[in-house]
Amino acid sequence: MLLSRRDYLKAQAAAAAAAAAGVSLPASAGNLLTGEGAKLTWSKAPCRFCGTGCSVMVGVKDGNVVATHGDVKSEVNRGLNCVKGYFLSKIMYGEDRLTTPLLRMTNGKFDKEGEFTPITWDQAFDIMAEKWKEALKKKGPTSVGMFGSGQWTIYEGYAASKFMKAGLRSNNLDPNARHCMASAVMGFMRTFGMDEPMGCYDDMENADAFVLWGSNMAEMHPILWTRITDRRLSHPGCKVAVLSTFEHRSFDLADIGMVFTPGSDLAILNYIANHIIQTGKVDKDFVAKHCNFKRGRDDIGYGLRPEHPLEKKAKNADKATESDPISFEEFAAFVAPYTLDKAHELSGVPKNRLEALAALYADPKVKVMSLWTMGFNQHVRGVWANNLCYNIHLLTGKIAQPGNGPFSLTGQPSACGTAREVGTFSHRLPADMVVTNPEHRRHAEEIWKLPDGTIPEKPGYHAVLQDRMLKDGKLNAYWVQCNNNMQTAPNTAKETFPGYRNPENFIVVSDPYPTVTALAADLILPTAMWVEKEGGYGNAERRTQLWRQLVNAPDGARSDLWQIVEFSKRFTVEEVWPEELLAKKPELRGKTLFDVLYRNGQVDRFPLSDCAPEYENFEAKQFGFYLQKGLFEEYAAFGRGHGHDLADFEQYHVERGLRWPVVNGQETKWRYREGYDPYVKAGEGVRFYGNKDGKANVFALPYEPPAESPDADYPFWLSTGRVIEHWHSGSMTLRVPELRKAFPNAVAFMHPDDAKQLNVRRGQEVRVTSRRGEVRVRVETRGRNKPPRGLIFVPFFDHTVLINKVTLDATDPISKQTDYKKCAVKITPVSA
Amino acid sequence: MTSRILIAALVLTAAIPALLMGGVSGVVAADGKPGPALSGPVVSSGPHPITLDRPAEATNREIVDDVKRVRNYADQPPLIPHAVRDYQIDLNVNKCLTCHDRRNVEGSQAPMVSVTHFQDRDGQTLGTVSPRRYFCTQCHVPQTDAKPIVGNRFRDFDAVLSTAPAKEGAK
Repeated sequence: MLLSRRDYLKAQAAAAAAAAAGVSLPASAGNLLTGEGAKLTWSKAPCRFCGTGCSVMVGVKDGNVVATHGDVKSEVNRGLNCVKGYFLSKIMYGEDRLTTPLLRMTNGKFDKEGEFTPITWDQAFDIMAEKWKEALKKKGPTSVGMFGSGQWTIYEGYAASKFMKAGLRSNNLDPNARHCMASAVMGFMRTFGMDEPMGCYDDMENADAFVLWGSNMAEMHPILWTRITDRRLSHPGCKVAVLSTFEHRSFDLADIGMVFTPGSDLAILNYIANHIIQTGKVDKDFVAKHCNFKRGRDDIGYGLRPEHPLEKKAKNADKATESDPISFEEFAAFVAPYTLDKAHELSGVPKNRLEALAALYADPKVKVMSLWTMGFNQHVRGVWANNLCYNIHLLTGKIAQPGNGPFSLTGQPSACGTAREVGTFSHRLPADMVVTNPEHRRHAEEIWKLPDGTIPEKPGYHAVLQDRMLKDGKLNAYWVQCNNNMQTAPNTAKETFPGYRNPENFIVVSDPYPTVTALAADLILPTAMWVEKEGGYGNAERRTQLWRQLVNAPDGARSDLWQIVEFSKRFTVEEVWPEELLAKKPELRGKTLFDVLYRNGQVDRFPLSDCAPEYENFEAKQFGFYLQKGLFEEYAAFGRGHGHDLADFEQYHVERGLRWPVVNGQETKWRYREGYDPYVKAGEGVRFYGNKDGKANVFALPYEPPAESPDADYPFWLSTGRVIEHWHSGSMTLRVPELRKAFPNAVAFMHPDDAKQLNVRRGQEVRVTSRRGEVRVRVETRGRNKPPRGLIFVPFFDHTVLINKVTLDATDPISKQTDYKKCAVKITPVSA
Repeated sequence: MTSRILIAALVLTAAIPALLMGGVSGVVAADGKPGPALSGPVVSSGPHPITLDRPAEATNREIVDDVKRVRNYADQPPLIPHAVRDYQIDLNVNKCLTCHDRRNVEGSQAPMVSVTHFQDRDGQTLGTVSPRRYFCTQCHVPQTDAKPIVGNRFRDFDAVLSTAPAKEGAK
């Protein structure tokens, strides 16, 4: 079947002649199209995938995305993308895009056991409104809920937050970011009193050493890895240390590679603090001026259901967040038992490597950047791990300056921008405010022009609790947007699926594609995605990026934003608020939630004529005003003057994003340090102004074991995670043929000796079984991940290998974030 | 020396009409006209996947035919048409460069690493491949013969152009 070059050219010439007879091209030079016809319309947009926040240029021709490439003007990626980013062009064009609402029906009526049947949007909102009002009437606002996303645009998260917390008066709003970086949030809040990193990606061009604590950046943050690779290979003396529970691609760049026993990172962190103290390397001046010491509660449980034996046994399960002040000396005494020997015993890491790692932090001349993602955050002691890492940087004063700093990477494209900054968590409000603080609620109500007491004070159900409450029949009307939680929640078969199919509940899932979650719904809403709508994301380095609508969604598909705002028209305030609340603002009587929340004189302040004339804006046209700009500007009022300042809306459409706080048009690269951060006054040097006294907290916290460890019945550790080719649950990337073909199915990465002992070979099918469920998957002993004996790694992208049937729904008790990295399984061959 | 080109390249050109049909009947009607009312892909109402004991899919074979594939657009990283299992790319050595580096392509007859790869973060061309491009598999991936889970209606520039409305400049 192979042709010589000559034969090929002959055949091509004939084909071209034939084609030319039928197709007239506007302008061409022989077989090369030139002139206007060859031009694409290029516009910027942030990548749809991870928290890195690369900017891409999107090429559009006649209403179709035909090309994408890395944006050379972007500071983040300077022209690069990873393999997923390079294939963004194709994610919207899967053949099974949903284009009409689908309701489970029998004989023309809703039936929980019925067949998915096409209905109109009007009919969809009819049944939703009916079910929501029924739930509200029967059980009140705690019976309705919403599960959103760190992939929601800023506008979507903000509109949802208003709709749920003020409109329906329910705090049962949580993003899938709960599974992703809630531990990072609580780590920041406990240590610094303010969320998000002090440094930025520029640290990568300034550091002398990089330490990865539970992050496989080579696959999960590949573009940031190019920056670290660049530094490691071109800056003399630069060192990279990588810690993980199994060997992965990031080890390829490691000078110090360390595989540790799951959970023992806590002991290693305390050993390093101890080493710094014992070797006299504490920056005493910095510590005296800028740090407090605290001892947190230990024995805090594992975030399981309260009746679980582990919870009953835990001394401080209900006091997990508490702490007491201690002295430096008390802290030093607390970490003193974490000797090199103890760290080695618990972790299994060779002593010389632990010492080399500690030396990087202790040496005052080495600028160190620590980085972490899910290894720290998806951890039953994830908040502690974050706190303990900050300890090391605070003790040495290696923080908030170029090249020196702890850096919490985020998983999702707007985990920071939407989930955290907008505050779509069940306990949060915009700009780091919380629903439990009466002043914060009042401030939000003022900005939203709502009566005192609109926002409920009790935190709502967090992600894992939502699933439990659905199962228990306490949460009855539930809307899932922009995530695939039936594939990605922990312990899905036992704790997630039953709630969706509970006859007491009505479940709505908005998605562009028929995901595993959509298939478990009662009503599916077809959804516009990425550049089919105007949007905004905030990345891990506090960079806010906005984009325009570049193409139209398929007919019938509507953005999450449109869905929320349109649905709000279905409620009058009388239907959802008590009389005593309405009496405080009688002028709201008779209005719909749409009027109260979005046509409130602020969100509707910008006319259609403000929209960019060269781009479509479906939502603005539908509602008659520039909705996105109105939402953005109202939201920005929360942060301006309070350390979260955003620039003007229009500026973000010119820039490749800006890092907040943006004061006088200038972004902030390093917070808390004079000369970089406009909130630190001259002469202060460093001020951790998130805490009232301007000091950061160093926490004394112990090593405690994971919720479940291997034993005789379930002898293996299971860790789950991602691969570079696929984004999260694969609903987009598996529909790109090239990415599907690059990594078609999940496999169980396993040590060859374990395979030998189990009498299985590479490629053979096995059952991976836990106390909760099982999957069938093929063994990989020679792949990119090289687990130590006794641990397997299974990615979660594959809808044919629903590994979260197997995982454990234990969470960090402080952050309520799931630990997807540690549970016990057994492996049995499937006989052929 | 004879360049070897698979006939599949020609088949791909011939496949364009099929792609066009997909586009016309499908999703990409960008003119805002309503499609046929209430239609869409059939979505399974049957037993939910989570309730099934699903066998693992068969292992797919790697594509190692050494044949270049058409790129979807100019900036798409080319796919790797040969085996790369156990290729070492680490602090010590980058095996890909032993064939694809500028100095080595005459011997290997492999495509040279793109000129873009010689530029540093500031766009300056270096004498060698830029360290930021060191880990090839961040962008370049091999393929297996796995079937797509569904079709994809992405159309490349040429496919879109040849179905564009005749009037130039029509929005």
